[in-house]
Amino acid sequence: MAIEILMPALSPTMEEGTLAKWLIKKGDTVSSGDIIAEIETDKATMEFEAVDEGVIGSILVPEGSAGVSVNTAIALLLEDGESANDVAVPAPVSAPAPTVAAAPVQHNDVENEPQWRAPQPDWPEGTQMKQQTVREALRDAMSEEMRSDETVFLMGEEVGEYQGAYKISQGMLDEFGSKRIIDTPITEHGFAGIAVGASFGGLKPIVEFMTFNFAMQAIDHIINSAAKTLYMSGGQMGAPMVFRGPNGAAARVGAQHSQDYAAWYAHIPGLKVVIPYTAADAKGLMKSAIRDPNPVIFLENEILYGRTFDVPVLDDFTVPIGKARIAREGSDVTIVSFGIGMSYAMEAAAKLSESGVSAEVIDLRSLRPMDTQTVIESVKKTNRCVTVEEGFPVGAIGNHISAVLMQEAFDYLDAPVINCTGKDVPMPYAANLEKLALTTTDEVIEAVQKVTYS
Amino acid sequence: MAARKMTTKPNVSADELLQHYKDMLLIRRFEEKAGQLYGMGLIGGFCHLYIGQEAVVVGLEAAAEEGDKRITSYRDHGHMLACGMDPNGVMAELTGRIDGYSKGKGGSMHMFSKEKHFYGGHGIVAAQVPLGAGLAFADKYQDNGRVTFTYFGDGAANQGQVYETFNMAAIWDLPCIFVIENNQYAMGTSQDRSTSTPDLHTRGEAFGIPGEIVDGMDVMAVKEAGERAVKHCRSGKGPYILEIKTYRYRGHSMSDPAKYRTREEVQKMRDERDPIEQVRDVLLTGKHASEDDLKAIDKEIKKVVNASAEFAKESALPDVSELWTDIYAEAEA
Ligand SMILES: Cc1ncc(C[n+]2csc(CCOP(=O)(O)OP(=O)(O)O)c2C)c(N)n1
Ligand SMILES: [Mg+2]
Repeated sequence: MAIEILMPALSPTMEEGTLAKWLIKKGDTVSSGDIIAEIETDKATMEFEAVDEGVIGSILVPEGSAGVSVNTAIALLLEDGESANDVAVPAPVSAPAPTVAAAPVQHNDVENEPQWRAPQPDWPEGTQMKQQTVREALRDAMSEEMRSDETVFLMGEEVGEYQGAYKISQGMLDEFGSKRIIDTPITEHGFAGIAVGASFGGLKPIVEFMTFNFAMQAIDHIINSAAKTLYMSGGQMGAPMVFRGPNGAAARVGAQHSQDYAAWYAHIPGLKVVIPYTAADAKGLMKSAIRDPNPVIFLENEILYGRTFDVPVLDDFTVPIGKARIAREGSDVTIVSFGIGMSYAMEAAAKLSESGVSAEVIDLRSLRPMDTQTVIESVKKTNRCVTVEEGFPVGAIGNHISAVLMQEAFDYLDAPVINCTGKDVPMPYAANLEKLALTTTDEVIEAVQKVTYS
Repeated sequence: MAARKMTTKPNVSADELLQHYKDMLLIRRFEEKAGQLYGMGLIGGFCHLYIGQEAVVVGLEAAAEEGDKRITSYRDHGHMLACGMDPNGVMAELTGRIDGYSKGKGGSMHMFSKEKHFYGGHGIVAAQVPLGAGLAFADKYQDNGRVTFTYFGDGAANQGQVYETFNMAAIWDLPCIFVIENNQYAMGTSQDRSTSTPDLHTRGEAFGIPGEIVDGMDVMAVKEAGERAVKHCRSGKGPYILEIKTYRYRGHSMSDPAKYRTREEVQKMRDERDPIEQVRDVLLTGKHASEDDLKAIDKEIKKVVNASAEFAKESALPDVSELWTDIYAEAEA
């Protein structure tokens, strides 16, 4: 029996990839460990090694093929004594993914449909738009600011030579050199402290945490040194800097690597906290964060990095910190979310509209300062509110919004506010449990049905 | 092949060497299988393979006694197999199933076995270092004669908490062996780009902790160093540092573009320094085993590994109720 060589999953979030190059051809003998192909994933070009030994019987997917799903048979390997003619070549159809595969939930980029365009865009009417991933938008924002301000620099683990653990800083070492794109040892508490000190000394550091899970090693400097110094010095000096990196759950990386820190940082006076969903907001908010004279926590999301959105083509496009975005107008209920929570919110709103429920979706974008006014105005119109986030339920951002609405819009509420959140458990690894631990579109829809008594 | 220079030590029995060979081969084949299951989507998230580093844990486990403890990072599959944990349970944890060591809730990076005194499986670089010293603290407190093997990487060796731990381990004479698995890279950062002085075994000097450098591709050299360290710790002299020079053949995790080192560098290591091939050569040239014997061993190990993969595929997903268990311990009645 010939062995099928399957398109491998080469990263926690990979669902498909490009078969960039075959390094073997029909008739070649391979043994386990030989590099047989180069495959482009969502993050990088990777070498693919043979697992079994044998002779290549046929190549089923030619090089240069894009969008090859994980687990598609891409070549056949003959075992001892088999010849290529013995083997019936199956059509290279996608094998169904195993039911428990790591594939993260597929979200549609619903925002790209024209009827969902934000009612109040942050750019002038008629501005030309281009499609960009969140990843590219972040890189462009940092690069533009570094070109115009010599004091801005980027430091973190693997940001330089490796081109970024998640490829956010790809190409930046080439452009800016190692004075400004600085690889650090694995020393979060130390380099975060050095960056805060550098900001006291007149520079504007951007500190990349490989993920925000590792910023817990550095949180003392973020809070005690960066956030409080302006106050403690009576306004003499502060920390104009950005702490950024992926936040929240990726896919199947377990309890220590999957946590949403939105509520943690939003708790702290002296910090500003932003958490974009779209590529345009990622770009515009990053530029504002770098220019801001305060420490800004910039929460990204690994799953969003590869998503594409419209980004305005402008010389200097910024989005103000502290201003929410109405992502979709509606009249029956207000759904408030931010970051990746917006995927669920937008998907829910689309499904609800099919059953005649008109949901207004607000993307907070900034958590501190928070544009509660936009939320209050919306609730005065809809009289109902559901919040959506992936973080834990106790002390959640949604709890805070509920409290604000109770104080500022009590008479307008026709139902208690419901907070959709991640479950009150550490993140499990098992595929089925992980899905349950996160909030879902269905839970958002259910919550809306509850508050609209439908 | 000529560069392989391991020599038979007069005090090593053929049986012992053969056992090390088997133990290392089990790890290698297990990891190859894990890599394969990852490619098929059966294992998710991060998965850090131990291929190339097998002699480190196998050598040190040979120096350990029943009841000694071990703790390590996320690159933990080899450690678990070497301390006698069941390949089925480890593989089933990798696939996130109920029969895994953590009921599928921990995954590749987070497995534990109280029975085998394996304390994880930690995902935060260097966090296991003070934890390991804490285990040693408990042993000393209870005066039970046990030692703890605390494993960490060359990258982890730069974290501040390592030095806070060294200091306390030294002032309190904790029976802790700090095992630095120096595979020369921390993700894509080679050691010379991240450390001001490359000699990690001297990092304890300022605290008065003795250290030595060990050839981690030579299982017997590792075992002997392990025995010296164990003797030092067990006799109440406090902590000991072993910097074990090793090499990982595979990427840092499954998603590693591998642009930071050449294919030739990896190939050279495999050809000239492979820990398993070295023992194999000694076994064959010393006529302690025949080609056929070794083939039979390989076959036997493949059977164990394939069975673990089948077990891990067949095992059920955890029941959804498991989402809500193990968050708090119940108070004893
Ligand atoms: C505190 C922290 N920072 C960063 C990471 C991401 N990370 C995981 S492994 C790793 C490299 C560690 O290298 P090393 O200590 O040499 O161990 P090896 O992987 O070589 O076994 C990094 C940077 C992490 N898990 N924890
Ligand atoms: Mg290393």
